[in-house]
Amino acid sequence: MSSKVVMDAKAIDRATARIAHEIIEKNHGTDDIVILGIPTRGEHLARRLCEKIKAIEGVDIPLGALDATLYRDDIGMKDVPTLKKMDIQFSIDSKVVILVDDVLFTGRTIRAAMNALMDYGRPTIIELAVLVDRGHRELPIKADFVGKNLPTARDEGVKVRLEEVDEVNEVVVFEAVAEDVK
Amino acid sequence: MTELLGKDLLGIEDLNREAIVSILDTAVSFKDVSAREIKKVPTLRGKTVINLFYEPSTRTRTSFEIAAKRMSADAINISVAASSVKKGETLKDTALNLEAMNPDCIVVRHASSGAPHMLAEYMECSVINGGDGFHEHPSQALLDILTVSEKLGGVDKIKGVNVLIVGDVAHSRVARSNILGFTKLGAKVTVSGPPTMIPVGIEELGCKVEYNMAKAIKDADVVMMLRIQLERQGTALFPTAREYAKLFGLDALKLKSAKDDVIILHPGPINRGVEIAPDVADGPWSLILNQVTNGVAVRMALFYMLLGGARE
Repeated sequence: MSSKVVMDAKAIDRATARIAHEIIEKNHGTDDIVILGIPTRGEHLARRLCEKIKAIEGVDIPLGALDATLYRDDIGMKDVPTLKKMDIQFSIDSKVVILVDDVLFTGRTIRAAMNALMDYGRPTIIELAVLVDRGHRELPIKADFVGKNLPTARDEGVKVRLEEVDEVNEVVVFEAVAEDVK
Repeated sequence: MTELLGKDLLGIEDLNREAIVSILDTAVSFKDVSAREIKKVPTLRGKTVINLFYEPSTRTRTSFEIAAKRMSADAINISVAASSVKKGETLKDTALNLEAMNPDCIVVRHASSGAPHMLAEYMECSVINGGDGFHEHPSQALLDILTVSEKLGGVDKIKGVNVLIVGDVAHSRVARSNILGFTKLGAKVTVSGPPTMIPVGIEELGCKVEYNMAKAIKDADVVMMLRIQLERQGTALFPTAREYAKLFGLDALKLKSAKDDVIILHPGPINRGVEIAPDVADGPWSLILNQVTNGVAVRMALFYMLLGGARE
């Protein structure tokens, strides 16, 4: 199986820094912003975004994790998915929620995440930030902040590796879809 | 995850350590759902759960019903007093008729040990043992273990912990499931009670016996009091409730010799002043109501793990 690194550590860092700036710019500051990462890697990207925003604006943005597993549309179609971390220690009512995930693909995870979010409260706006948009959407969903647009074939695999879990920072494209690749 | 549990949950006996830990981890995630404003997830939409209870129950039946509803499954309760069982229908026939309505899961409580196991063989849907005779009550043991692991700060901390179970062990499915469950996680279990209530050979389940409760309580990290079935009074198991309370009831006096951070559990319903004194039941060491809260989370986890996967 051949694979190609399409983003290295530096590129990932630059992309998150740019997204942090874009979030502040688009929202005219940081008022009412909260950031929720979708575990596992979205959660770590979310923390990095928070740190970047703090470095720019000097404010601590509320940070949480939103697991959308219980809202997935493929429950009962394969093995029972393991639940991941859910951690929202603040109200999301009337907030601008920035959802963060590593790869945007079919859009189904984001649909599930938005439904989960609605059961937690009523945000004013939900915005989506992803490190990689690889195309092949199956739902009408679009990211507001994109680290890198990556045209891929449907059967290719894209894997974001972050040092918090994978000991290395890189984005890799695989020729054929492996088991652990989305 | 599905392989850990299989189709049914019939007893702690069938579970290995890995499966128990996996259920507890999943249950912790579900506690979050019960704590929020909208206490419902759409996960098991379209699934049907039938609660078939041949014995009275408030806690367990309500807990299973709430758990199913919070998962968006449809829950139907059948209490035998108002069913065709009164017309003489056998357990097997009742089961086959219910199965014909395509449920996804049946929770059974029955006075005969092994009744859920028999149903599991006949039925294609999942069967959960909600308590069978003097045999097992697995969801109760799982919620007890969850309550202890929460208090101690993790399942791993249960290893080496001293668990004391006091009361009518002979007639207690709760005791049996807990002995098996805590032992599998590495705890040391001791049972105590009048000799008439401690079955011969109980040590084979992996526990010790200490007839002197006042002595046994000194080393205990967890004390689990079993309900005394007052209706058994006069059946030569124990002379009077007062004598039982004095020797085997958990009161402030006996608690004095226990560890400062002892955990007190009771599966309910409690007989205040018999097996547990009111000030102890309501005191700071008692996690009795945490047990009830955790019961819903554990049952949500069981429904999720049994019904959330693909069917062959």
